[in-house]
Amino acid sequence: MSSLSTPTLASTPVIGRKKRDVAYLVSLGFLLLVVAAALLAPWVAPYAANAVDFTAIWQAPGAGHLLGTDQVGQDLFSRLIHGARESLLGPLALLALATVFGVTIGTVAAWNGGWIDVVLARITDVMFAFPGLLFVVLVIAVFGKGPATAIVALALAYAPVIAKFTRSLALAEMTRPYVDAYRVQGVGGAFLCVRYIIPNLTPPLLGYLVVLFGEGLMSLATLSFLGFGAQPPSSEWGLMVQEGQSGIIQGHIWPTLVPGAAIAAVVVAVNVVGVRLSDRLNSRFER
Amino acid sequence: MSENALEVEGLQKAFRVGAGNVVACNNVNFAIPPGGSMGLVGESGSGKSTIARMLVGLETPDAGTIHVRGRQLGTRERGRAARLRRAKEIQMVFQDPYGSLDRRLTVAQCLDQAMKLHGVTSGTSRASRVSGLLDQVGLLAKHGESKPHQLSGGQRQRVAIARCLAIEPSVMVLDEAVSALDVSVQAQILALLNEIRASSGIALLFVSHDLAVVSEVTDDVLVMYRGSVLEQGNTSQVLNHPEHSYTKLLLSSMPGPCWNPKAVMQRRAAFEAEVAT
Ligand SMILES: Nc1ncnc2c1ncn2[C@@H]1O[C@H](COP(=O)(O)OP(=O)(O)OP(=O)(O)O)[C@@H](O)[C@H]1O
Ligand SMILES: [Mg+2]
Repeated sequence: MSSLSTPTLASTPVIGRKKRDVAYLVSLGFLLLVVAAALLAPWVAPYAANAVDFTAIWQAPGAGHLLGTDQVGQDLFSRLIHGARESLLGPLALLALATVFGVTIGTVAAWNGGWIDVVLARITDVMFAFPGLLFVVLVIAVFGKGPATAIVALALAYAPVIAKFTRSLALAEMTRPYVDAYRVQGVGGAFLCVRYIIPNLTPPLLGYLVVLFGEGLMSLATLSFLGFGAQPPSSEWGLMVQEGQSGIIQGHIWPTLVPGAAIAAVVVAVNVVGVRLSDRLNSRFER
Repeated sequence: MSENALEVEGLQKAFRVGAGNVVACNNVNFAIPPGGSMGLVGESGSGKSTIARMLVGLETPDAGTIHVRGRQLGTRERGRAARLRRAKEIQMVFQDPYGSLDRRLTVAQCLDQAMKLHGVTSGTSRASRVSGLLDQVGLLAKHGESKPHQLSGGQRQRVAIARCLAIEPSVMVLDEAVSALDVSVQAQILALLNEIRASSGIALLFVSHDLAVVSEVTDDVLVMYRGSVLEQGNTSQVLNHPEHSYTKLLLSSMPGPCWNPKAVMQRRAAFEAEVAT
């Protein structure tokens, strides 16, 4: 398969790369579109999120309503666009919170060892043995339902998972001689971790966080679906699925299908883009 | 106390391995004058790296003292000022030129940050110093913009040396610094080290299992076996007229034109029998 023509940077077969390029570009384009729509919701949505129209209930996608309407005649396309804000910001906030805690704890556990490491190991053991959703529902039962509680509860569930992943990455990283070289230069432990070790963990960490973003989006949607997360009149996608449910039995699938498909499409696109991004970062500073 | 660049007295270190102890360094004493160069030779596992790591503070000695220019080094540096002071006294070049540089930083960033850490606050003076250092270790200005993975092993080791020089230490420890390089690149790096020693007066501790390399860059040599120093003295004296039977064994074990692995192993077995009695 080796060709005598000018060598290219990557050794991956050209056709495979092209296909992945297409998948990446399509996913990236789609995500940019979704984010732009979410940001510009009031201007790009044809209707308000809660514009009820009893003369046009349960319509199939068509000219007047691009993706149809629900049981009270709200335009699904408009609700989707308005709901995108909450549906995307939720997992982002959840991940940001979980990452700050997880990466900090994981790095400290790897660097210091000792009791912090032991405590982390115990917590993650418990977390893995305990169904995540059950834990989250428990937190919500104590602190009350709502989007903020759902985000914090999920962040608490994700933090140990991220901590454990970070710890294993950091432990491997710390055996590299450049870490000793920094110590010999007189770099202190905290500075060394924050300034040099954690940045060197970003490519694999980013790839992992992207997968978690998809999971977080689905978990938050699930909580909303169950009534623990977003509350009416929000048009968060999980809540939309739940509200559309009543129509399924009568054959009105669009109110559930539209938000469900949106969740699935965003999750897939995020994964495709994330893997590519992680690869790129990796090759940016490794051989 | 005389003003030696480096003075080591009664250095001791044992590692707990399983139920027993491995004595990696047993009552080691030596001194290097300013601008001097000392070789540390011995087979694998004789404790060379352990000594090097104790000198730069990566391992804590069980006993013994280390003085640099008459000042005693602490065993565990507490606080930023103490850490930096120690770093300013001893720097180290590691064996692995691939792993000892941060893969995320360019060469210039690597040198720049070392100087910044050590209190060179002006960005322009750091920048001019970076080009000076690159020149000093025989790298081109364009190499400053390279990441480690874009450099050859020899070039990376030059960067590692420049990084030490950026901190302007009194002593530089080189742990098998040329062992991973091919012979011609080795020769270039050794020439560079001799040049640095002559021009800067930095004392070198040169750790190697390769006697030919040691004879190239050192004035004195220390022969180690299982944590103990068996013979020490002027390098050419020790290598040309070895007194200890282990030194003779090491010399005769060196691969050369008439190298015979079988004979080496026989002599080695005879030596171990001699040590056992
Ligand atoms: N962290 C450690 N824990 C336990 N034992 C160790 C540790 N570091 C070194 N040792 C032991 O100390 C002894 C000396 O090791 P050292 O690395 O200093 O040898 P060396 O002379 O540098 O060998 P080489 O030429 O292979 O690098 C060895 O027996 C080794 O197994
Ligand atoms: Mg060694």
